[in-house]
Amino acid sequence: MRRRSNIIAGVSTTLVVLAIVTLVPLAPGWAAVKKSFFNAEVFAQTFPRLVQAFLWDIAIFLWSVPLITVIALAIALARDTKNPALFPLKLFGILYTDIFRGIPVILVVYLIGFGIPGLGLPRPWNSPYIWGTVALVLTYSAYVAEIFRSGIESIHDSQRAAAASLGLSQSDTMRFVVLPQAIRRVVPANMNMLIALQKDVALLSFIGPVEVLRQAGVFKSLLANFTPYVGAALIFLSVTIPATRYADYLIARQRRERS
Amino acid sequence: MLELRDVAKSFGGNRVLNGISLTVERGEMVCLIGASGSGKSTLLRCINLLEPIDDGAVFLDGQDISEPGLNPDPVRRRIGMVFQSYNLFPHMTAEENVMLAPRRVHGKTREALRPQVTELFTRFGLADRMQHYPDQLSGGQQQRVAIVRALAMRPEIMLFDEITSALDPELVGEVLDVLRQLRSEGMTMVLATHEMKFAAELADKICFLDAGRIAEQGPPSQIFEAPQKARTRAFLSRVL
Ligand SMILES: Nc1ncnc2c1ncn2[C@@H]1O[C@H](COP(=O)(O)OP(=O)(O)OP(=O)(O)O)[C@@H](O)[C@H]1O
Ligand SMILES: [Mg+2]
Repeated sequence: MRRRSNIIAGVSTTLVVLAIVTLVPLAPGWAAVKKSFFNAEVFAQTFPRLVQAFLWDIAIFLWSVPLITVIALAIALARDTKNPALFPLKLFGILYTDIFRGIPVILVVYLIGFGIPGLGLPRPWNSPYIWGTVALVLTYSAYVAEIFRSGIESIHDSQRAAAASLGLSQSDTMRFVVLPQAIRRVVPANMNMLIALQKDVALLSFIGPVEVLRQAGVFKSLLANFTPYVGAALIFLSVTIPATRYADYLIARQRRERS
Repeated sequence: MLELRDVAKSFGGNRVLNGISLTVERGEMVCLIGASGSGKSTLLRCINLLEPIDDGAVFLDGQDISEPGLNPDPVRRRIGMVFQSYNLFPHMTAEENVMLAPRRVHGKTREALRPQVTELFTRFGLADRMQHYPDQLSGGQQQRVAIVRALAMRPEIMLFDEITSALDPELVGEVLDVLRQLRSEGMTMVLATHEMKFAAELADKICFLDAGRIAEQGPPSQIFEAPQKARTRAFLSRVL
């Protein structure tokens, strides 16, 4: 049964691929598209430099992640506080998540990336790398904070009751009982945020950093050819597809564990 | 040692505890019985300050612990509580579950706690289960770990909320044995329970709760053999 469905899937996929391969080149503009988007020569010439530029994407991603984690956790805890004396913090958390989830990322990147260096700060504080990172960190912290908060709220009250009955303080209960379980539970959701973040690093190309998208743009202007964009897309896919699969695997495993 | 005076508690407009007065002497075992929804769990949660009370007072060794604004943490350390659904921390081993509160509250190291904790695990037949995670333990073992976890804080009084109700019948015995053992060691205990035979055998006092009131209380011989109130008789005839 399994074997038969595999055969059917194989045959139908082959047919579709064959159809695309034979039909698309029949389109009137194919020759021109092939030359400007799938030019092997341009690809070979630009791809290594694109990979190099992608290292910037990775670097920006890597230093953003710890910042996002810390800020998001702080915001989530602020939003979750039940202490009336800390209400201003809670209000701040609510406003923060509302505002940064409500503005398109690219707009935050523009506003911060152009606005703050415009203040005429001395080097290195006028660097678009810094302010671009800040824009991404602020935005993603809002999303990740909400994920953490959903994790915290998914922990059953009986866990808090058990901790309280042992005389543990509220902060110890959060730190040792609630958070470790909550964070584990939202790992798959956060993996998906990380994948989105890795892609959104490319938005910084609009304010200066010569990461892969900007590098591809430079090549495009230089060579009057779009193939570098295809190269950039391939580089992104080589990272995001395995990461997405891994996230799916984590989600499936968690679902199995909980049932 | 523990005294409740006219304790009242409502959830919304629903009056769940309606003037409960009860005393528990040191070393006594008191069993709360009553129909589902009669307020047994709520009463225990109020004693442990997991729920604030609306009226009345709770005294522990003469201290009013129901005073609003009182820091509940030091009080809860003196009162151990075990729940129907065990409520172990699933991301910690049995040993870590037991050590967490003494470490954080008393500031002791794992090494300093280990002899005492190992002794507790051994005493309740769990010596070879210390490094297991809760999902690797049977229900009865989990519940015994939960009891050990509460005992590790050296509480003066223990509250048990239907701790055998979630267990498969063949596992109930091992948990009741733990209670017998604690009883013989002189622990002060308040139990909400549906195990009438067990209550009759061991309790010093039975309280029959009905719609948020103690309808009748007294020694098991009186409650089970010569109940005074019609409600008590009706309840017992249903469960016995
Ligand atoms: N947090 C809460 N919010 C609202 N109502 C509650 C809450 N906790 C308990 N109640 C209500 O209080 C009443 C008493 O509940 P309680 O759990 O104390 O009964 P019980 O005697 O322990 O019953 P059981 O034998 O089923 O455990 C019930 O009607 C219940 O619905
Ligand atoms: Mg109950």
